[in-house]
Amino acid sequence: MDVLDLARWQFGITTVYHFLMVPLTIGLAVLVAGMQTAWVRTGDVKYLKMTKFWGKLMLVNFAMGVVTGIVQEFQFGMSWSAYSKFVGDAFGAPLAMEGLLAFFVESTFLGLWIFGWDKLPKKVHLACAWAFSLATIASAYFILAANSWMQHPVGVELVDGRPRLTSIWALLTNNTALAAVPHTIAGCFAVAGAFLVGIAVWHLTRRREEQAVWRSSLKLGGVVGMISFGLLAVTGDLQGKLMFEQQPMKMAAAEALCHTEQPASFSVFAYGDVARPDCENVKSITVPALLSFLAHNDFTSEVKGIEDLVKEYQAKYGEFYPVDPKLGELSGQPIDYVPNLPVTYWGFRFMIGFGALAALAAAAALWLTRGGRMPQSPWFRRAALAGIATPFLANSFGWIFTEMGRQPFVVVPNPTGVDGVWMFTARGVSGLTVGEVLTSLIVLTTVYAALAVLEVFLLRRYARAGIAGVMPPPDKPAEKKSDELAFAY
Amino acid sequence: MDLALVWFLIIAFFWLGYLFLEGFDFGVGMLLPVLSRDETERRVMVNTIGPVWDGNEVWLIVAVGATFAAFPGWYATLLSAAYLPLLAVLVGLIGRGVAFEYRGKVDSVRWRRNWDRVIVVGSWLPALGVGLLLSWNVLGLPIDAAGNRVGSAFAAFQWETLLGALAIVGFSLVHGAVFVALKTDGEIRSRARRLALRIGPAALLPLLGLLLVVQTRAGSSWTWLVVGLVVLAGILALVHLSVGREGRAFALMAMVIVGSVVALFGALYPNVIPSTVDPSFSLTIEATASSPYTLQVMTWIAGFGAPAVLVYQGWTYWVFRKRIGTGHIPPVRVP
Repeated sequence: MDVLDLARWQFGITTVYHFLMVPLTIGLAVLVAGMQTAWVRTGDVKYLKMTKFWGKLMLVNFAMGVVTGIVQEFQFGMSWSAYSKFVGDAFGAPLAMEGLLAFFVESTFLGLWIFGWDKLPKKVHLACAWAFSLATIASAYFILAANSWMQHPVGVELVDGRPRLTSIWALLTNNTALAAVPHTIAGCFAVAGAFLVGIAVWHLTRRREEQAVWRSSLKLGGVVGMISFGLLAVTGDLQGKLMFEQQPMKMAAAEALCHTEQPASFSVFAYGDVARPDCENVKSITVPALLSFLAHNDFTSEVKGIEDLVKEYQAKYGEFYPVDPKLGELSGQPIDYVPNLPVTYWGFRFMIGFGALAALAAAAALWLTRGGRMPQSPWFRRAALAGIATPFLANSFGWIFTEMGRQPFVVVPNPTGVDGVWMFTARGVSGLTVGEVLTSLIVLTTVYAALAVLEVFLLRRYARAGIAGVMPPPDKPAEKKSDELAFAY
Repeated sequence: MDLALVWFLIIAFFWLGYLFLEGFDFGVGMLLPVLSRDETERRVMVNTIGPVWDGNEVWLIVAVGATFAAFPGWYATLLSAAYLPLLAVLVGLIGRGVAFEYRGKVDSVRWRRNWDRVIVVGSWLPALGVGLLLSWNVLGLPIDAAGNRVGSAFAAFQWETLLGALAIVGFSLVHGAVFVALKTDGEIRSRARRLALRIGPAALLPLLGLLLVVQTRAGSSWTWLVVGLVVLAGILALVHLSVGREGRAFALMAMVIVGSVVALFGALYPNVIPSTVDPSFSLTIEATASSPYTLQVMTWIAGFGAPAVLVYQGWTYWVFRKRIGTGHIPPVRVP
């Protein structure tokens, strides 16, 4: 493995890992703020219990999201310095905005929320919860605007061989970002919804206490999960249509569509050797003309296949990498414009499949518990707990698909944008030694693995303990002194 | 004044905010086993920074992120050249952040003791790493004309930069002890004060050493004046502490770091990273700055965002202004 491969693995592992924590934080933060609002408005202690319980789980998870986020901010410069120099003028701005306008708000108001329970007036404390949770969404928006610029660079001109920002507004309202933001945020709520459903069902099927709390949590989680899936489908379709225009190769790779078809059929399931870009030996179950509709809203339209696209890309962006010692083994070699097909093909299907499974689970949970029913089968409980994993998997596969699907580019050329604003991934990497990147890959992956074990351990512990774990038992009068710290470490 | 220079100053300001705020966070973490006698006192210490440590850490993210936006070449060269020290910083910050959040979540002596170790290591390591990084930045890196590092992973090493690592550690120790004296009550308060007075003169020496090395290489007469003020503020801080004026001592420690950052960035100007290979390869403010348009956009953002940060973070410190004593710590109630 060379520096390029190692740096890619490290970036992929850090990012996918980071995005296990982020959606749970974003989804739970907003839901917890909502629960607290319900408590402040109605005074019903049920909502206070929900706020404290789900808030505690959110905190256990939040710390991990923050610390892996620091690695994100640094690794562009550490491992991808040539990329950073190339794109900094445009790409750095949304990143810095995230820090200044969102992350500061997030971390400061979370501190106030954790420690401010008895110190702040009720409504001010509630406002802190909202400031925190809305800032997490703002954070996601800026990061996705930056990522969308890599998928579809807009708002720049080419000066001295580097993109120069001409309109921050164009960058922030990039149509790719406007589709990616609601899609990703809906993915976050899908995670939170399944999380609520799974844990609430566990409590309802095991114990008798606090029924009202778990019933409400279950209902909330189920409804949120189903609405999120609707949003995911609509925004996903929107993203797909944009991607057929902006990154036709990624979508052809998502379908393992080798030959141009008109009308094009959608492949549901393929068997055989998907990895070959000529599609020899691939059989697949298809829905006729559906791909044409997904691409262009028209059942009869043509969809370009990998073979034709490769020729187009070669004509536009060259057939060979330049001869340059910095490119290592790739120097002077032919450019492979086809992304890793098994990863894109199956990544796309697993994203949709696990997403649909999550929605199905939410719907089933709501249906089976309607009108006060509660199935006592242990399978119901197991299914609900397993359901927690589905939206996490869908999110991860979605990101793996979209980031692997843009290879070999790190900045994908915009077909209607400024000529020359694109970059091969191989060009972006820092001039480091293999030893350095390997060290960081091993160290960080080990740290992530250890922390994942600890986080799951704590989440399980607090989830099992239920309300008693976060609030003093109701029969004992509050024994605490007025100036004790609430929620203290 | 041109915007590139404005951004050089803004980034210096973010670093100042970071070193001032996280300086005492680091100090509290490093001194955790030294200043406490039992679990309740350890909780007192952790809770002095509990509501604020996360917000303090964002200053680093923003310092680095703003460098990316305003000086991509500076960001790219510094972070890739200082790869391994940065890895140490990251691992330390990861462990420490999780440790603060997790140490109280299980009622077990072993669990807490292990997380306390993570807090201690996770405070020493980033303090050393950040010191190394800053002094590498100011004293120069072995970079070629394209801003790429020449040589191996340790090519940037010079013995003076160790002084930089110790400078931030020493400052954080004293700053943290003064902070604990300012924020706590009871025995731990007097213990912190005594410790700061005892180690203060020695612990602040590496910082002075770093400033003197930087001065002799790249200083000008006005930065000598600043170094003089740093020395004065350091001495006065300890004097005020010795008569029990903790608030003033803390304010004077702030002056120490203000002066140090001014002296370091003053010596750095007009470069952003000097080259130790050939002075003509040095990265300058002008050459690495983003386009005027990007800087203009960022100036609006910072002009609005930074004062807002000062206001709401200031408010946080106001909300949690009271001293904490062992009597404020509730019994452990965890599942």
